[in-house]
Amino acid sequence: MITYPFKYKRAKSVADAEALLKGSPDAKLLAGGQTLIAAMKMRLANPSDLIDISGLRELSYIRVANDAVVIGAGTTHFEVATSTDVTRTIPALAYLASIIGDPAVRHKGTLGGSVANNDPAADYPAAVLALGATIKTSRRSIAAGEFFTGMFTTALQDGEIVTEVSFPIPQKASYKKFPNPASRYAMAGVFVAKTKSGVRVAVTGAGPCVFRVPEMETALNKNFSPDAISGIAIDADGLNSDIHGSAEYRAHLVGVMAKRAVADAA
Amino acid sequence: MAVVSMTVNGKPVSAETEDRTLLVYFLREQLRLTGTHIGCDTSQCGACVVHVDGKAVKSCSMFAVQAEGAQVLTIEGLAKDGKLHPVQEAFRDNHGLQCGFCTPGMIMTAVDMIRRKPNLDRETIRHELEGNICRCTGYHNIVSSIEDAAKRMAGAGR
Repeated sequence: MITYPFKYKRAKSVADAEALLKGSPDAKLLAGGQTLIAAMKMRLANPSDLIDISGLRELSYIRVANDAVVIGAGTTHFEVATSTDVTRTIPALAYLASIIGDPAVRHKGTLGGSVANNDPAADYPAAVLALGATIKTSRRSIAAGEFFTGMFTTALQDGEIVTEVSFPIPQKASYKKFPNPASRYAMAGVFVAKTKSGVRVAVTGAGPCVFRVPEMETALNKNFSPDAISGIAIDADGLNSDIHGSAEYRAHLVGVMAKRAVADAA
Repeated sequence: MAVVSMTVNGKPVSAETEDRTLLVYFLREQLRLTGTHIGCDTSQCGACVVHVDGKAVKSCSMFAVQAEGAQVLTIEGLAKDGKLHPVQEAFRDNHGLQCGFCTPGMIMTAVDMIRRKPNLDRETIRHELEGNICRCTGYHNIVSSIEDAAKRMAGAGR
């Protein structure tokens, strides 16, 4: 498969990437490229320029500071999955990264690319929303609750670059995903986090965009056990329906994955 | 068009290519290294797996220009002095291939996984093979080949 033609530019820094984006309105950033290049091969995407930020060392780091794990946007899934700092502080996050795609995808794909793309079935958005993470960009900081605005859309403005995500360390957390057996994307993935300020439950794969389940959060705040949420039915209205599963099937999966996540975390 | 330079199987190479040339086409059509295969259009099959700077990646999912200055290892670079790599030997001995189309990607993925996880069990091998599709074998003998290769390489002190 051959993509449409484009101009390739390797950014020397985040500031350089911003300047390059400013000069070409139809340009796209290239991070790991594991979603973008596949879309370009199918000619579903036609950027005029690709601005490669994949080699930027300033975006690749993992730090533990102030009760949070702070991860540079250019850090690969493989690096997060195998990081002793992440495994020690938020094992559910390392686990989530370890089951994205396949090994070759994890060697290239990045945290920043995943959250900026906001694929409805991507794994990271569930962790970002459930842990109440903060997304730092080249311009500002955005709370997870304000970041994911819809299918493949985020609060990012034109030319704004995700530079890091700060994940507060929870008391307990777990991620359970029912993967599509071919693509490994989530049919339904549920990230449950018990934090100082309460329980948060975030669902990916089931709807057009990652979402929280307030009924489950209320029940789990009273009693953090799978039984507490076993009676809560998820409304299938508005959930995804495709050849892989109906909205009703996905609604059921959300309940099952949520219970498994709570059982694992509790 | 741009001139791209990289090291492929230990040899420096340099060639003019379009920005949109995928690494797999650069290897196959410009360098004539046709051991790396293209089995799909959707980045799912893993037949094109090569190592770039020591990590297994799909050469259909990066552009050749991104490999500027990189160390690339393809299936052609595994055998040394006419002697097959232990993973290649193990695939032959365990009947780890039938038609052979997926084999270059399987072997490059296997070499990478054995390096990262020397103590492989069959379940781990199957999980690690999630990005490589084989339509002949049912995977059973591929898993056996990798298990065998990992043991041989551990025995040889690698």
